[in-house]
Amino acid sequence: MILLSFLRDGFKAMLRGGSLYWLWLGVLLVLTGIGGWYYILQLRDGLIITGMSDQVSWGLYIANFTYVVGIAAASVLLVIPAYTFHRDDVRTVVPLGGAMAVAAVITAILLVTVDLARPDRFWHIIPFIGKFNLPESLLAWDIVVLSGYLMLNLVISFYILFQHYRSRQPNLRAFFPLVVVAMFMAISIHTVTAFLFSGNPGRPFWHTALLAPRFIASAFVSGPAIIIVALLLIRRFWSYPVKQAVIDMLAVILMFSLYVNLFFVAAELFTDFYNETAHAASIRYLYLGLHGADALVPWIWTALVLNIIAVTMLSFAKLRQDNRVLVTAAILCGTGVWIEKGLGFVIPGFIPTPIGEVFEYSPTFPEVMITIACLAIGALVFTLLARAAVEFESGRLRHG
Amino acid sequence: MSPSTKKDAADQAQVDHSRRRFMKGVGTVSATAAGVTALKPAWGGMSLGDALGEFFQDHYQRMSPEEIAAAVSRIERKAKRKFGRDIQVGNAPPIEGVVFGYALNISKCKGYRDCVSACVQENNLGRGGQMEYIRVLELDKGDRNLDHANHYYDHMAVPQEGKEYLPVQCMQCDDPPCVKACPVDATWMEPDGIVVMDYDWCIGCRYCMSACPYSARHFNWREPEIPADELNSDTHYLGNRPRVKGVVEKCHFCIQRTRKGLQPACLEACPTGARVFGNLLDPDSEIRWILANKTVLRLKEDLGTEPKFWYYTD
Repeated sequence: MILLSFLRDGFKAMLRGGSLYWLWLGVLLVLTGIGGWYYILQLRDGLIITGMSDQVSWGLYIANFTYVVGIAAASVLLVIPAYTFHRDDVRTVVPLGGAMAVAAVITAILLVTVDLARPDRFWHIIPFIGKFNLPESLLAWDIVVLSGYLMLNLVISFYILFQHYRSRQPNLRAFFPLVVVAMFMAISIHTVTAFLFSGNPGRPFWHTALLAPRFIASAFVSGPAIIIVALLLIRRFWSYPVKQAVIDMLAVILMFSLYVNLFFVAAELFTDFYNETAHAASIRYLYLGLHGADALVPWIWTALVLNIIAVTMLSFAKLRQDNRVLVTAAILCGTGVWIEKGLGFVIPGFIPTPIGEVFEYSPTFPEVMITIACLAIGALVFTLLARAAVEFESGRLRHG
Repeated sequence: MSPSTKKDAADQAQVDHSRRRFMKGVGTVSATAAGVTALKPAWGGMSLGDALGEFFQDHYQRMSPEEIAAAVSRIERKAKRKFGRDIQVGNAPPIEGVVFGYALNISKCKGYRDCVSACVQENNLGRGGQMEYIRVLELDKGDRNLDHANHYYDHMAVPQEGKEYLPVQCMQCDDPPCVKACPVDATWMEPDGIVVMDYDWCIGCRYCMSACPYSARHFNWREPEIPADELNSDTHYLGNRPRVKGVVEKCHFCIQRTRKGLQPACLEACPTGARVFGNLLDPDSEIRWILANKTVLRLKEDLGTEPKFWYYTD
C-alpha cells in the first residue's frame, strides 16, 4: 500500500545521515536520558525536588511551556505568505514550519506533563470518561486548542508530503480551509495561553489586556529567530535549496516584531512606573528588586540589552542580509525573548504573593535537567520530521 | 443554588451515561482482582483491588452511594496501613438552609496564632513543611498594605506595641476564581457555601493556586507526614481526611465539625474571642447581627470574588 511505503520511506529517511547527524541525535538522546532519570526521581519523591513552593507554585517548566507555545504559533508566518500571498518559494519550506509547530506543541505538552504532580490521574482530563471543566477553565481550553493545532499541523504537513511522494501536486482547494483554520488556531493557542495568565485578577503583573498582544509579538520574534537558524542549518548540511528570499522575508518579520515587542515592553514600563501603585510591586521586583530580593534583575536587563542590540543589527538592510549577522541577531533576540517571556514573565507573577510575601524562586538541578530533556525531545522530533520532510520535498524520495 | 453547582448538575447528567458504562466494566475488573490478590499484598502495601479501585475511583459528585461507601472503606484501610489507626471518614451532606460565613474582629486579634496550630491539629495538615491554612500577618497600626506585612514574626511576646494582626485564610468566595480555574472540576462550592476539594481527583496542576487572590491554597510537594498519635481520626471525605503527595488542599471551614453543628477549630482555639462563625441565612444568627451592626470590610473586595469572610472592628 502506498501510504505504508510512504511511512516506511519516511522513517528510513530519518535514520539516514552522516556522523555529525548521528552525533547530534546522540547528544539529544543522552540529554533526554538524564532528564528522564530525574523525572523518575520526581515521580517517586514528588515536586519537592524542584525549587517551586506554595509561594511560587509554577517555575521553569511553565516558563518554558509559555515560550515554546509561541514557537508553535509562529509557524503560521510561513503558512500565511505561502498560501495567502502565493509565495511559491515559501511553500517549499511550509512542511518544515509544520515540523517546527508539531515539535513545539509536543514539547509544550511534555512541559505541562512534567509539571503535573499526578500524571497517573491523566484519565481525569479525557473528555466524557474524566471531567473537563469547559467552558470555564482556561487550562481546559488550552488543552483543546493545543491538541487541535497539533492535529492540524500533522494533517497539513502529511498531506503535502504524501502528495509530493506520489508525484502529485497538493490540491490547494481541498486543504485551503484547513490552512485558514490553522492560521486562526495559531493565534488562538497563544492567546489562550496568555489568557491563562491574564485571567487572574489576583496577579496584577499578569492581569493586563496587553498580555495576549505581547505574547503574539514576542512569539513572532522567537519563532522566526529559530526558524531562520533551522533553515540555514538545513540548507547548509542537507543541501536543501532554501531560497534567500525566504530568509530575507523572515528577517524583516523578525525586525518588525522585535520593534513591536520592545514598544509593548516600554508601554508596560511607563504605565506601571509613571504613577507607581501597589500593583507595580511585581514589575519592581523584576526590574529593580523588592525588599532586597532581586534574583531576576540581572536576567531581565540582559534580555532588554540583547533585544536592543538585535533590533539595531536588524535595522540595517545591509547587515540584515548578511546571514552571519542575521544568525547572530536571531540568537540574541531568541535568547532575550526566552528570558523575557519565560522566567522573566512567569516568576514575577508570584512575587510578592497576593498576601504580600516576598519569597524567591530558583530552579533546582533536577528541574533544569528535566526541562532540558523536554526541549531535547522537541529538538529530536523536529530533526527527525525535518529530515524526512527534506527528503520528500527535494524529490529524492518518490514512490516507485 | 449557585451557578457553578447548577453547571455541575447539568454536566453530570450529560456525561453520566457514557461514564456509567465505563465504570461498570472497571467495577467488575477490580471486584475479580480483589478476590485474586487477597493472598498477596503488593502494590505499595495495597491489595491489587484497592490499587485498581483507587486508580479508577470516580469524581465525588458522580459516585453512587455504594461507590462512595467503597471509596470510604478504601480510604480507612489506607489510613490504617499508614498510621496503624482506625479513622472514620464521614460524608455528612450540607444542611438544608445553611450557608456558612465567618467574621473576625481585628481589634481583638492579638497575634497569638493559637488558631493556626489548632487548625494544623484538627485538619491533619502535614507537619514539618509550612502547611498552614491560616496566615497571621503583622502590620504597623493603620497600614493595610499587605506588601508591608511581616509573615514570620517571632517576638518573645505578642501583641507588639504599635502593631496589629490580620489573620488570612480561605475566604470561601461566593464566586471563587479557583473553582473556575480547575481544568477537571476537582474543586467546587458546596450548597452550604464551602469550597471543597476532591483530593482523589486533583491532578496537581496548581492552576487554582495561581488563581487564588488570598494565597489560600496549599500543595503537597511531598508525602505529608503526621505523627500517628497526633492524627485526628474524626474526618470528612471533603475535609480533613489524610491527603497524599501531589494534590492541592485548603481550608474547608472544618467541614467535619461545622456540618455537625460544631464551631471551627480556629474559633474554639481563639483566646480573645475574635472569631464569629455561623449561618448567613439565619437572620437571628450572631454573624448576621455583626454584619448588620458593625462596620465590616472584606479583603480585596474590588476583585469581585464575594468573600464570605468579613473583618470588623470594635
